[in-house]
Amino acid sequence: MPEAQVDLLPRLGAFARLLHDAGLEAGPRRLTDATRALGFIDLKQHADFRSALRSVFVSRKEDIPTFEAAFDIFWTPPDPRAAAGVIPGRSRALPMAPERAKLWMNALGLNASQLNREQNPTEFPASSSGYSSEELLRHKDFEEMTWAETEQVKRLLEQAPWRVAERRTRRLRPSRSGRIDLRRSARHAIRSSGELMTLFRRKPRVRRRPLVLICDVSGSMERYSRLLMIFAHAISRREDLEAFVFSTRLTRITRLLRHRDLDRALDSVSKGVHDFSGGTRIGDAIGDFNRRWARRVLGHGAVVVIISDGWDRGDPAQLTAELVHLRRSAHRLIWLNPLLGSEGYEPLTRGMAAALPLCDDFLAAHNVDALEDLGRLLASLPPLRGGR
Amino acid sequence: MSAPTTIEDVERRLRERRYIGDRSLATSIFLALQLQKPLFIEGEAGVGKTEAAKVMADVLGARLIRLQCYEGIDLAHAVYEWNYPRQLLHIRLMGEGQDRKAAEREIFSSEFLLRRPLLDAIDNDDATPPVLLIDEIDRSDEEFEAFLLELLSEFQVSIPEIGTIKARQVPFVVITSNRTREVHDALKRRCLYHWIDYPDLDKEVEIVRARAPEAADGLAREVAALVQGLRGMDLYKVPGVAETLDWARSLAALGATQIDAGLVNATMGAALKYQEDLERVREQVPALVEKARRA
Repeated sequence: MPEAQVDLLPRLGAFARLLHDAGLEAGPRRLTDATRALGFIDLKQHADFRSALRSVFVSRKEDIPTFEAAFDIFWTPPDPRAAAGVIPGRSRALPMAPERAKLWMNALGLNASQLNREQNPTEFPASSSGYSSEELLRHKDFEEMTWAETEQVKRLLEQAPWRVAERRTRRLRPSRSGRIDLRRSARHAIRSSGELMTLFRRKPRVRRRPLVLICDVSGSMERYSRLLMIFAHAISRREDLEAFVFSTRLTRITRLLRHRDLDRALDSVSKGVHDFSGGTRIGDAIGDFNRRWARRVLGHGAVVVIISDGWDRGDPAQLTAELVHLRRSAHRLIWLNPLLGSEGYEPLTRGMAAALPLCDDFLAAHNVDALEDLGRLLASLPPLRGGR
Repeated sequence: MSAPTTIEDVERRLRERRYIGDRSLATSIFLALQLQKPLFIEGEAGVGKTEAAKVMADVLGARLIRLQCYEGIDLAHAVYEWNYPRQLLHIRLMGEGQDRKAAEREIFSSEFLLRRPLLDAIDNDDATPPVLLIDEIDRSDEEFEAFLLELLSEFQVSIPEIGTIKARQVPFVVITSNRTREVHDALKRRCLYHWIDYPDLDKEVEIVRARAPEAADGLAREVAALVQGLRGMDLYKVPGVAETLDWARSLAALGATQIDAGLVNATMGAALKYQEDLERVREQVPALVEKARRA
């Protein structure tokens, strides 16, 4: 091993910790691999050094920018000409918990602009002793709920009895009926001197359909956003869920919802989504979904649920075109509209009028009861393609 | 052929085989070989992931063993299967009174075994370890991924009737994914990772010249520039390098030495695969062509 590496190892360990704090998986196995990898690299070749560490520490495309930023911050010597604020070549800030960020800034001798300053965590009022009976709560509009009631709704949603329906897969399992299983039948026949005495059969295994939630969190939906996020979190705990939110642009929140603890999950969603309560361009958001995500998350007979009030500032023709495309790649397209629960509501907004004929189902989403209707619908989807 | 000894060596050998890649790809390949770890290559469709594995086999002078993944792929298709018709026939042809134990041993021997790609890659005595390409792993399902995870950590397969077969030499494993779904972290953690991006204009021109030499130099540049322009548009399916090559070859086959709006309209199907995309681009062909010819 070249001599330069003797003092490189502790630094590499520190770099792995920086990556870890920035959210990358940088455990001992990767650190070992990195150490080994550097033994084969000419360390004077900066680009190769960077590539080598990247190929070890990064496992998905989304992590590449974080890695590059961390690499720049950690391995590039501070530029003395850099003014406070921006350091050349270090454009991106690292996402990090505030107390860790402070430690790193001190350790690396950086100014505060390099690492994300976190906003104060959103403060939720402590739950009071407010009481409403479960049945009343089920029918109460989300808009009118107190925080304490929200807490109860959370429990109701978590305990909801439904699961998304199953679909047939192409994987086969033993069964009494179905296609002949040559492997098992022949196996059996060989044991009984070559006579095919018993025919074993197998048929397709079933699995739950993946669920894709695309949720409007623009200004007009603000009063429903928190409850819909609670709903998303509750189903992500038990279903194969991909979740997105949009107002002016689309953000994937699947990973952000993964915290077991609801408040931490909501906190990370509100930090990860930058346009909560902005304006709405539904067509753009669905278009973005179609182009960037559809092929990745709509396999395996996925069910798509869009939650929005249909207040759209975009072009209705565009929304129509994008929904036509989305409908073709989804097993079923369901639109939930919280306003549908209010008396005398007619889907007259331009966006809603454009969307209505293209959706398989159009349901309310203003209270627990309505969300349970959705649950029942999801649970009753047929196991095969089609069936619209 | 001996294994490459430096990153430059990998780069040079790829280039000799007309594979134009980044230095960072060469670095990942080099490290995967040195560390004997699988290489996990991700990228959009048509950026040359599969091709990289094929060229690697040639670079190493190794046999390429390819496993194409699909939904529902199972051990019978990926690892091994007994040749049941032959076994049955063999048993039927045996006379009465023969030793049944011996007969069973006989029909469960390697002679009756159908070797699928994974077993083939593990149980090899090649002079040079083979290259195992596990293509489009994102199409398989979680069960298969879990099995692969086990296989890639132990490099052994057990067949109940024969016993455990352990690799005497570890194959060079390349796994590709189009990211139609997220592959499990545990599997990726075992691998070195490389993301192949779309090439920039100069690199794409170089690729067209190397792989579609029938296209004249001017044409190669214009087609590459045209595709670069398309990638900047809001399309359902962005054309990859494979589409650039198809398009350049189509135009060359028509005897074109440069592009014009008519030719582009007639051959656009080589690059765009969705009706909506074709319509959207059609409106802008003259502007795109003009921009490409200036590039």
